[in-house]
Amino acid sequence: MSGANAPAGPVDESRILAIVERHRHRDGPLLEILHEVQGALGCVPAAAVPVIARALNLSRAEVHGVVTFYHHFRSAPPGRRVLRLCRAESCQAAGSRALERHLTGRLGIGLGETTADGRITLEAVYCLGLCACSPAAMLDQEVHGRLTPDRLDALLDAGAKVKA
Amino acid sequence: MSTRVWVPRDAGALALGAEATARRLRAEARATGADIELRRNGSRGLYWLEPLVEVEGAAGRIAYGPVTEREVPDLLAAGMLQGAAHPLRIGPIEQHPWLATQQRLTFSRVGRIDPLDLGAWRAEGGGRGLARALELGPEATVNEVVESGLRGRGGAAFPTGIKWQTVQRQPPGQRYIACNADEGDSGTYSDRMLMEGDPFALIEGMAIAGIAVGATRGFVYLRVEYPHAFEVLGAAIAAARAAGLLGADLLGSGRSFDIELRLGAGAYICGEETSMLESLEGRRGEVRVRPPLPAEKGLFGAPTVVNNVITLATVPGILAGGAAAYREFGQARSRGTLPLQLAGNIRRGGLVERAFGLTVRELLEVYGGGSASGRPIRAVQIGGPLGAYLPASQFDTPLEYESLAAIGAMLGHGGVVAFDDTVDMLEMARYAMEFCAHESCGKCTPCRVGSVRGAEALDRIGRGEDRDRQIALVEELCDTMLQASLCGLGGMAPYPVLSAMKHFPEDFRRRGAGH
Repeated sequence: MSGANAPAGPVDESRILAIVERHRHRDGPLLEILHEVQGALGCVPAAAVPVIARALNLSRAEVHGVVTFYHHFRSAPPGRRVLRLCRAESCQAAGSRALERHLTGRLGIGLGETTADGRITLEAVYCLGLCACSPAAMLDQEVHGRLTPDRLDALLDAGAKVKA
Repeated sequence: MSTRVWVPRDAGALALGAEATARRLRAEARATGADIELRRNGSRGLYWLEPLVEVEGAAGRIAYGPVTEREVPDLLAAGMLQGAAHPLRIGPIEQHPWLATQQRLTFSRVGRIDPLDLGAWRAEGGGRGLARALELGPEATVNEVVESGLRGRGGAAFPTGIKWQTVQRQPPGQRYIACNADEGDSGTYSDRMLMEGDPFALIEGMAIAGIAVGATRGFVYLRVEYPHAFEVLGAAIAAARAAGLLGADLLGSGRSFDIELRLGAGAYICGEETSMLESLEGRRGEVRVRPPLPAEKGLFGAPTVVNNVITLATVPGILAGGAAAYREFGQARSRGTLPLQLAGNIRRGGLVERAFGLTVRELLEVYGGGSASGRPIRAVQIGGPLGAYLPASQFDTPLEYESLAAIGAMLGHGGVVAFDDTVDMLEMARYAMEFCAHESCGKCTPCRVGSVRGAEALDRIGRGEDRDRQIALVEELCDTMLQASLCGLGGMAPYPVLSAMKHFPEDFRRRGAGH
């Protein structure tokens, strides 16, 4: 799922068209296509929008409208790791506001931002369904519950060592 | 002979280290020459004990928990594989009072079997509901669901059988079953647990719905925040197809039904049924104006049954055991059982499936054991981010549809989030508006604009600016949102705000200098 090597400018049109072809037979295939494009490229780059629109016989506005409607789709690749911190009520009841302050302070970025070295993207998420072990977060595809500032630090440090 | 050991692969257990526990168990067993058969189950829902390891022996399954990776060598040395004593030994898990006092109908298999083991599923009653529906035929199957009194467990509580009847009576043509698995309410996780712990129950329920209303295709709209459920359910659909539980010839009946699993993309509004249909069709998840109802004109314009995961997964048991047996549970117009989910600041969080009627206090005290922090529980929010906040004086309210409606609250999807006395209810009210603004689809003005203005006014109240007028403004905005929003997001976001202001007025009047 790493988007570290995703292209910043032009996109490989044939790659995107191949993804469209794989889903064309479905009813209402656009979200499926966007999921796979983001899985392959780390994001849905703006340059991919007209390619998908043409292939599906939709307007660019329609595709752009869908990409921007859903919080999950991004137009730029994220950092090497993505930490999604739950901000919903159950996690708030168990201390997620303090975790959020700790993280933004430690990383020097706000929610929805990436550290300058591209190491980590911090995002808000609204419920991971781990509410019996709040506060919860997801580091890439890995779930973590009953988090404390110390445990979060340990997770981020362990990740940094692996990647170094 | 090898000893069978169970370690859950439920996302909640994984979040507490179950994967590391499983790895360590395998490694230590190999190193010490112990012969174990490691099996993976869903969670039984006793999350304060996760990772909960169970050892299967002559006396049943003996549980130990919470078993983190670090505890594994010590437990093995103490004789865990023989069920020996240890400070982490819970004992025979099925006799644990927290479980033994529950009435698990929908969750009867969750945590007990390997979610992808069709043989175990069949041995525990799986498939009987579908077989009976095929025997009864469409009319009688719908009648069973009507008679059972089952109401939609997603939140709206609409009678399921009546919805099915409406679809059944549409002119002939393509129909769909659309399963709403976009469980976005904070404090709820029963859909996730079921899909990860007993996915065949959902598949069977959808197949029954398909037979009942004459639909040959079903969709599951699953939220992208649930990657573990996606994996398990995807594997289960493939296995069901291979076993003839889905496909062109259901259990040799000649009837056909198949399911396509689709992923959402992080939009809370897509849990609203018409917004979900738009999203399934590949568009922005903007709500549709009703009428027409989805039952008349739903997915791709065809009559569609839209039901929540728990609703559909409850149907096989109703068919297998009969509507009368299901109706025995519950009271008045709330029949059957409800899987309640304890969350937030709670000592023993987890899934409690009981007949309707348990009070909030019983749930919080008997099952929850009070707050995790040890401080008094000051408020609970029931039914997700659009549900009302209840003060302690309302904790004797029974958890059933009508009793909660009578105090201006709602049961929703059954999530109960506890807050201790450090909670700032002004902050929670502001968050409700902020969340509504963040998730609004933008189609109607009361929701799109009202929520932003509401958050601004609450900020001013927090700063003590022009307080009385701002409080009046919030009340007025809430009234407009309640009356004039297109769907439940804008139409219900006022509930947490107004209930917080009504029951905790002191939190709205203590800051700043202004009056």
